[in-house]
Amino acid sequence: MNTEYAYSVFMSIRHGLLALLRQGSRHGYQLRAEFEASTGATWPLNIGQVYTTLSRMERDGLVAPGEQDEQGRIAYSITSDGRAEVDRWFATPITQTERPRDELAIKLAMAVTAPGVDVAQVVQAQRTATMRTLQELTRSKRGLDPPLGTAQTLILDSKIFQAEAELRWLDHCEAFLSRRSLQHPQEKQ
Amino acid sequence: MIDRDLSPVPPAAEEDPGRDLVVELADVSRVHVEGTQFVHALKEVSLEIRAGELIAVMGPSGSGKSTLLNIVGGLDRATSGEVMVEGELLDLLPPSRLAALRRRRVGYVFQDLNLIPSLTAVENVMLPRELDGVRTGKARQEARAVLGEIGLADLAGRFPEELSGGQRQRVAIARALVGERRLILADEPTGALDTAAGDDILRLLRARADAGAAVLLVTHEPRYAGWADRVVFLRDGQIVDSAAAGLVSAR
Repeated sequence: MNTEYAYSVFMSIRHGLLALLRQGSRHGYQLRAEFEASTGATWPLNIGQVYTTLSRMERDGLVAPGEQDEQGRIAYSITSDGRAEVDRWFATPITQTERPRDELAIKLAMAVTAPGVDVAQVVQAQRTATMRTLQELTRSKRGLDPPLGTAQTLILDSKIFQAEAELRWLDHCEAFLSRRSLQHPQEKQ
Repeated sequence: MIDRDLSPVPPAAEEDPGRDLVVELADVSRVHVEGTQFVHALKEVSLEIRAGELIAVMGPSGSGKSTLLNIVGGLDRATSGEVMVEGELLDLLPPSRLAALRRRRVGYVFQDLNLIPSLTAVENVMLPRELDGVRTGKARQEARAVLGEIGLADLAGRFPEELSGGQRQRVAIARALVGERRLILADEPTGALDTAAGDDILRLLRARADAGAAVLLVTHEPRYAGWADRVVFLRDGQIVDSAAAGLVSAR
């Protein structure tokens, strides 16, 4: 996992938890369960991540702990800074640089320049893997009974569209590379 | 072109333990001659399709996708190799029997499969059954059942021009599905439909596969290939890879 990716996951969890706390105070286990439910369990969280995130947000003044209940659980509530932070998050579009999407592009760029790498094979291996992902996603989308909730459907659709976009891009790469090798036969494909 | 040959279609080999194998291609090649050039549209392609399976074929244009579909459907003949459909070697079938097999067992869905404008939706769907010699009343009953199955019962009496693009395509699919179709061949069946209407078409084909038909789908849309149990990638007439849902490796 690269640093940029780790950071973006960390920020998503942070904002996700804040969004839940905006609806009222909650303790760690509740937050974890609701986070997983609303993302269709695409982001399994461990309870340690939840408490680490909560204590950092407490340090940053975004959440405040309440009293311990009789079972020893502490419910956290959102502060006004936290509310402002989550509102800002909803209002700000995510830019490309925040997305950990470029590893594949870098891999292909490297494959094109590195000697002795069969680029077509790299493309095909990725295509097969991504298609398998798309098949699994489609299967979860159609196979579930009762039908998925709105939030889970949107998450699943997002992943379906991402897989689709990646497959289209791979098709484009393949077409581009084969045209290129016809025009410049001496250049390494 | 209407073939009135009424020789019995070979019965589905019910006693055969391998009967769920609907299509079997073994080392199938197709060579076209263009002037002095030999064009290898398919090179030693082997593929099996079982009852209940939806297989998608993907590949760049000119990779042999449509040739493969046409050969499976008996619309084109292999230059070499064996093509078995429902236990029948297509190469050995006389043209009349091939035509009977095509007409009664195989359903075709094409992008530009036009409906006949002067016939209503239900009449369009009935047509192939009537050509098969089925009585009008029974043909109408079957056509209504299929239209109901795909959610178009209310539109049965409408003419093609009174339907949306998505509805017309679904009627065309109903026409391909009516009767006992064990094998459904679909070449870019979603055409220019939007993704929601395209998903409806795939849901239909998927339901047919789940009900026991073998479905072979040619598409360039990854989104629709995602519905398949197996996706076969063709390049330059050869299968280069395949992706099977639920398997760690398809190799």
